[in-house]
Amino acid sequence: MFDTEFFNLGYLDRLSYQDTFIHRIDPRIKLLSSFMFIVAVVSFPKYAISGLLPFFLFPVLFLALGDIPVRFILKKILVVSPFAIFVGIFNPLLDGQPVLDVLGFTVSLGWVSFASIMLKFSLTISAALLLIATTSFPGICFAMQKLRIPKAFVAQLLFLYRYLFVLMEEAMKIVRAREMRSFGKRGKELKNVVPIIGVLFMRTVDRAERVYNAMLARSFTGKLYSTKPYALTTTDILFIIASAGLILLFRVVNVTALIGKWTIG
Amino acid sequence: MHMADALLSPAVGTTFWAGTLAAIAYCSKRLKETMDEKMVPLMGVLGAFIFAAQMINFTIPATGSSGHLGGGIILSVILGPYAAFIVIASVLTVQALFFADGGLLALGCNIWNLGIYPCFIAYSLIYKPLVSYGATPGRIAFAAFISGVVGLQLGAFSVVMQTLLSGRSELPFGTFVLLMQPVHLGIGIVEGFATAGVINFIKSARPEIFESTFSARPLAADISLRKVFVGLLIAAVLTGGMLSWFASTNPDGLEWAIEKTFGKPELPEHTQSIASSLKKIQESTSFLPEYAFKKTENTEAPKKEEAWPNVDAGKSLSGVVGSSIVIGMVLLIGFSIKAMRRRI
Repeated sequence: MFDTEFFNLGYLDRLSYQDTFIHRIDPRIKLLSSFMFIVAVVSFPKYAISGLLPFFLFPVLFLALGDIPVRFILKKILVVSPFAIFVGIFNPLLDGQPVLDVLGFTVSLGWVSFASIMLKFSLTISAALLLIATTSFPGICFAMQKLRIPKAFVAQLLFLYRYLFVLMEEAMKIVRAREMRSFGKRGKELKNVVPIIGVLFMRTVDRAERVYNAMLARSFTGKLYSTKPYALTTTDILFIIASAGLILLFRVVNVTALIGKWTIG
Repeated sequence: MHMADALLSPAVGTTFWAGTLAAIAYCSKRLKETMDEKMVPLMGVLGAFIFAAQMINFTIPATGSSGHLGGGIILSVILGPYAAFIVIASVLTVQALFFADGGLLALGCNIWNLGIYPCFIAYSLIYKPLVSYGATPGRIAFAAFISGVVGLQLGAFSVVMQTLLSGRSELPFGTFVLLMQPVHLGIGIVEGFATAGVINFIKSARPEIFESTFSARPLAADISLRKVFVGLLIAAVLTGGMLSWFASTNPDGLEWAIEKTFGKPELPEHTQSIASSLKKIQESTSFLPEYAFKKTENTEAPKKEEAWPNVDAGKSLSGVVGSSIVIGMVLLIGFSIKAMRRRI
């Protein structure tokens, strides 16, 4: 099961190293506009539906311009949806006030707010996934450092990212070995798992020691440098102005209602 | 257990981000002062270890389901609470980005829920005092168990409060608490056992890991109870201040939540004043006064007003038509870009 999880992680990472218009935008710009986007989406009141729809323009643009496979993102969104569904599904059960009729069905207020939660959920989650899929993780770390996030934390993120794949591969080997030697639920009891995790931990600490020695051998003095310099270009500036403008417009004006009014007359 | 963006209001989300950033900044400062650089790779690799350890799942006794190790207490024991908090924050950041657990706005809440409580409350106020009388395996197991359970209970309760304050969910306080706490009690008990087992295992196999990092470091120096309380007080005041300022953009959900939870006979007296002062601040600070934000101020019938246009047939028709056109346009833009890119 987590073979796929591991594969997903690597796949998402690989996607982020493509070279498209979206990938070339400065990480700072993308981080900021993603945040504006999320705050704008979340700031919609509880029963908003129509106002949220125009915001789907952003993920669609990122998917299309960034060459990101739509199915992959949709699948990932589905995988993490249970908590939002679990909390949201109580709305229809607890709030049965009818509000409108669609083709003969009476829709209650609870369903409206549930739909609103699910729309916001897919918008915000896709924003996070598309941010990482179009900006490499080191790029995001660079942006965070420029945005005054403490250096110790940024360094920690970079180290974590560097060793994530190594250790996950190690864990995968361990689990595979366990699966080959056991059947069904055997071998997964707590008393067997504790030594496995314990040994993995000790190996990890030894690895840290070796890493540190290797760093010292390469004249590490406690400072970390970024090799890839980023500079803001005119495109970046235009991008942030355009996205901020659109986000503000969509937040303040209900574009959907407006279009509906125009077409109906 | 991960909080999700969709259940948050901007006020709650940004407030917890502010609190989390302050905690990260404080811990980073502490680390800079006391840390020797050897800790840098150790912290990084241990963060990756948490991911790896979470992959090795185990069956929960007496049930069919499986659990995995949450790392807060183990990391605090090995690294001390400050470094452990930074590591947990980094792990959750990677989870938010790569696994989309929760989302970016909710990340502030998640780091708070899964970092602050285990590292600074469960570990500092429960585990450490319990173990300080003498670290026998039994005592360590007991301390790890209790602190694991308490940390998770606080985190779960925090999720309930954040959801409630955001006012996106219809769940009443009592029901939500009754749903969340027992579930996380179960998870906490299992995690507590696993944590206790792993700590004792490492301690018997490689006691020097604890000696070199845990007791000999000034890093893990005890933080006094008073400092913690002062910190929490400042956080609370900050939260209140920020909350009321941001609440001006979206008074609806907050007021609804306060009314819904405390608006019953056993209403605590001060909530009334909070609500009214929020309203006053909101009136004076609301930006974009003529537009949508302020419209929601009419609390008499906020539900009806905010609903999809209305029950009125003509209006709801225009809503449906508008929605389909918007969705159609968005998809059209996406597909045509795709098609054009393919041709080039």
